[in-house]
Amino acid sequence: MRYVDEFRDPELITRASEEIYRLADPARHYRIMEVCGGHTHAIYRFGLKDVLPSNIELIHGPGCPVCVLPMGRIDDGLAVARNANVIFAAFGDMMRVPGAHGSPLEHKARGTDVRIVYSPADALQIARRNRDRHVMFFAIGFETTAPSTALTLMRAKAEGIANFSVFCNHVTIIPAIRAILDSPDMRLDAFIGPGHVSTVIGCRPYEWIARNEGKPVVTSGFEPLDLLQSIVMLLRQLQAGEARVENQYKRVVPWEGNRAALKAMAEVFQLRPYFEWRGLGFISQSALKIRDEYAEWDAEQRFPIPGTRVTDPKAAQCGEVLKGVLKPAQCKLFGNECTPEHPIGALMVSSEGSCAAYYNYEHRKAVAMVTSISSVA
Amino acid sequence: MCLAIPGKIVEFVPGQTQLGTVEVTGVRRKVDLGLLQDDMPMIGDWVLIHVGFAMTKISEQDAMEQMHLLHMLGETEQAIEEVRGYGLEERGEHMNGSPRLS
Repeated sequence: MRYVDEFRDPELITRASEEIYRLADPARHYRIMEVCGGHTHAIYRFGLKDVLPSNIELIHGPGCPVCVLPMGRIDDGLAVARNANVIFAAFGDMMRVPGAHGSPLEHKARGTDVRIVYSPADALQIARRNRDRHVMFFAIGFETTAPSTALTLMRAKAEGIANFSVFCNHVTIIPAIRAILDSPDMRLDAFIGPGHVSTVIGCRPYEWIARNEGKPVVTSGFEPLDLLQSIVMLLRQLQAGEARVENQYKRVVPWEGNRAALKAMAEVFQLRPYFEWRGLGFISQSALKIRDEYAEWDAEQRFPIPGTRVTDPKAAQCGEVLKGVLKPAQCKLFGNECTPEHPIGALMVSSEGSCAAYYNYEHRKAVAMVTSISSVA
Repeated sequence: MCLAIPGKIVEFVPGQTQLGTVEVTGVRRKVDLGLLQDDMPMIGDWVLIHVGFAMTKISEQDAMEQMHLLHMLGETEQAIEEVRGYGLEERGEHMNGSPRLS
């Protein structure tokens, strides 16, 4: 219990951990996927593995938007940005993500006008203040972020701001879960459902996972106790041979989601027939495109897009890690060629990627231990 | 980008019904309230903010817990930096208050 002192109520953590030990059948091996990258980060940060029995394996899912974005999309966005009149605006998370010809930050160093924004609304504000320039917002994210992009586009249209567009890379979580479940080398027992995505989509979209696939889903908060309670709820279902969707994060997630957010998304976006996910390949109806009614604000319709395809290095085993077939450290490149400072694969790029989280908390700890042992010796 | 930051609504922006001013550990910034239009917050309510948009109303206790969580995840400074960075202000001026990192 590495970080137990920081927990607000260590006694509750201990009790939840004991309940997990009591519920887990020693004859079984449980594979539970946490879908959301925020959960992955929290699990490593809090060392939750240390309070779980060894037959409970947490598999890290695809819910890190930076990680699943194919490199070619970054190159396509930056190709537009090289137009001298264009300001390329993106979240800070995107800045270090390498494209085949460098990251947005490296492009900035070479003279491209690249701006970090904290909100799509900020990008629109830059457009309001720079009427002689074109501001392209490079949008990424799941359903947590997509409504904000949608609302920003609605505001741009209402105000008639013509020098603004969105390069849309928004993806949806359900088709990715389906792709993982359809994968022949995958065996999962249950899901820890995403927290903040669920504030938008609610809990109903997960019901098919329980009904058709027979796997329990519990949407979860991000605190250590939330995650442990979610595992308790999943184990109770598994022990009873049940499969339902439950909401552990009721204090934030409404069962029906956020209707205004869903309405804004439906107004602005439609599903793409298919979209490429880094590490997972093409998944049908898994991403959003801007509707024709908003074509004027769609960067993909306003600018020529090269349609770059970049194949990830063969040695990188991101797909296997993303599907939980391999652990991060089992990839041949992990910690050698591929580190958070020099990411090669997708999952090393963002702090929410499972490889980066594993590297930052587990790998560094192990290296420190080896160093201290050898210095004693 | 995936941070959810708790903020307290301290005022509405006159003439711009979709904007509200929130306070996050001493920093005041404008956020967009458009995603809560079915259940608009009132002055003094707490909301979770994601990329400059209030996503959901939460209780004060949950807001405190969320701040504690950001602290434990080592993301407090990042959250404050994000809030300070919201460019919804006129000419990007910083409103009163400096970050209080606890």
